[in-house]
Amino acid sequence: MKRLIVFVPFAIAIAIGGFAFWGLRADRDPSGIPSVLISKPAPQFDLPPVEGVSVPGFSTADLSGSGGPILVNVFASWCVPCKAEHAVLTRFAEVNNVTLFGINYKDPPAAASAWLDNLGNPYDRIGSDFDGRAGIEWGISGVPETFIVNNEGIVTYRQVGPILGEKAQTQVLEALRAAGLTGENS
Amino acid sequence: MNILNFRVVIAALLVMMLPLIAQAVEPDEILDDPVLEQRARDISAEVRCVVCQNESIDTSNAGIARDLRLLVRERLVAGDTNEEVFAYLVARYGDFVLLRPPWKPQTYLLWIMPFAIMIIGGISIFVMLVKLRSKKTPGGDRLSEEEEIALDAILNDETKGKTL
Repeated sequence: MKRLIVFVPFAIAIAIGGFAFWGLRADRDPSGIPSVLISKPAPQFDLPPVEGVSVPGFSTADLSGSGGPILVNVFASWCVPCKAEHAVLTRFAEVNNVTLFGINYKDPPAAASAWLDNLGNPYDRIGSDFDGRAGIEWGISGVPETFIVNNEGIVTYRQVGPILGEKAQTQVLEALRAAGLTGENS
Repeated sequence: MNILNFRVVIAALLVMMLPLIAQAVEPDEILDDPVLEQRARDISAEVRCVVCQNESIDTSNAGIARDLRLLVRERLVAGDTNEEVFAYLVARYGDFVLLRPPWKPQTYLLWIMPFAIMIIGGISIFVMLVKLRSKKTPGGDRLSEEEEIALDAILNDETKGKTL
């Protein structure tokens, strides 16, 4: 017993060192906020279409029963990373046959429709969240954010920030496939 | 300077100090009911801004913080208790949104650790002191007779200690 006590400081040092090592991992994001929505039904909201944009708006009910997962992207014309992400989302919609819904966050309709006219509209539906209330229901901390909702209306994935770079794109596609994505053109 | 002028100066100085106590809360957000407003302020001070993460929504100028402040006030006006407002926010943003972590199994370690370390440290120090006190010098506090003689011999010997 007396002998073992000698190892106590050593064990404490190992434990503290272990935590420090864990804290230094490069892929750890200490400011990352865990989403409470994962594995839960999509929140309740009902968004009107964006004025001047031809696709309809959508509500919670439209997210389930479409036969596959839906990628819900929160975007705004004033958000610069959204512009970079737009190309990725367009490719997802065209090449991977992803059903894409957009939540137009705190964006004047005129600016949003001009943005979409300019860059093209890959969205199947776009809801106008001018007062940002739907954004709060989704628990977003900024734009862009993207969620995957499966056919049962359950949120399975959340991406904070733009889907840019090989790693993020692969992760989102993997998550979409896991949520039942079919009909991809390769 | 007459008394009126003096008052004007004091008032002007006080007005100049206003920016120091200015908060992010904008005038149009403030509720008419001071009781509800105070509750809203108390709640806001405990809610983390999800953008500027170490700030409460009460002091943050971020857009989403303002939205959350308005939401808190809206819930209060709708008749929610403080707990219901917190529950509403936690349902959307998780425990992360609370600046004061709740007491639940995942956070037991967090809450108990400081006290545990203090108690363990205190006990260790106490045990150490008790041991230190009970430790006796071998042969008692005083020198033995032979030691006294030897010491005297050393002290009285002129040659010793000058062996350099």
